[in-house]
Amino acid sequence: MKSLAELKAIKEKMQSKVVLREGGEEIRVVVGMATCGIAAGARPVLNAFVEGVNKENLTSKVSVSQTGCVGLCQYEPIVEVYESGKEKVTYVKMTEEKAAKVIEQHLKGGKIVAEYLVSEK
Amino acid sequence: MKELSLNILDIVENSTKAGATLVEISLQETNDTLTITVKDNGYGMSDETCKAALDPFYTTRTTRSVGMGIPLFKMMAEQTGGSLTLLSKSKQEYGDASGTIISALFYKNHIDFTPLGDVVSTILTLIQGHPETNFLYEHKSPEREVTLDTRELREVLGDVSLAKFEVVQWIKEYLNEQYSQDIS
Repeated sequence: MKSLAELKAIKEKMQSKVVLREGGEEIRVVVGMATCGIAAGARPVLNAFVEGVNKENLTSKVSVSQTGCVGLCQYEPIVEVYESGKEKVTYVKMTEEKAAKVIEQHLKGGKIVAEYLVSEK
Repeated sequence: MKELSLNILDIVENSTKAGATLVEISLQETNDTLTITVKDNGYGMSDETCKAALDPFYTTRTTRSVGMGIPLFKMMAEQTGGSLTLLSKSKQEYGDASGTIISALFYKNHIDFTPLGDVVSTILTLIQGHPETNFLYEHKSPEREVTLDTRELREVLGDVSLAKFEVVQWIKEYLNEQYSQDIS
């Protein structure tokens, strides 16, 4: 059985790490979680980012959060990437697979995945 | 929506937007019914806004913030022969006693019943996105009882956020463990 003692151990481990995390996140990943986003499949996309960012040890520089409707419901699930000093990047019609590629190429490698951006056509 | 757990996520997002500090999510199952109740202590809605929230065709400029979430949930309940009720007390009228209760009844054996789906994922998504909000989750069925009270976890965690990945993972295992246990 999972016990609260186990949770306490996690807490103590986290507290010892807090100091290292005070650098401030440079990149913010924001997933649209309004009715339109959720219906289009935003929940697994959000989870893919949360898990991927942790797996790749990017938590000190990348934060993942949720927002409401961005106003482009037909393009949901939508993921926005904010980076200080750079223009906002908007990825559309996201999936778990696409999330993995954005983590690898954009969040880790610094290169925007152009094929997932909203088309100009 | 492909899963009722996604509707729950959507409905509870309204509670958090309404400034709720406590959201109680209750799932009660019998052999042929499922009742989903979401109760919050947010700023509530006036009678007029409640009416608007239930009707997708009743929209005016002033009620633009009212979306499709509740009508969709209502339709999914009604298509199984069930129903949805919405009760709300607005902050203006009731002050600190404000809040909203949405309760939906589903008949599980109806052909148009949408499966509950991954409700654990919904709870984790809510906690991760709203670590300051308290959630009381309860899922009772003839097979088992699953409960989670983030206030208890908060007491243990102190100033460590509930949104921390390791904490969310622990909650995931904690819930999955309860779901894998049968009473009978």
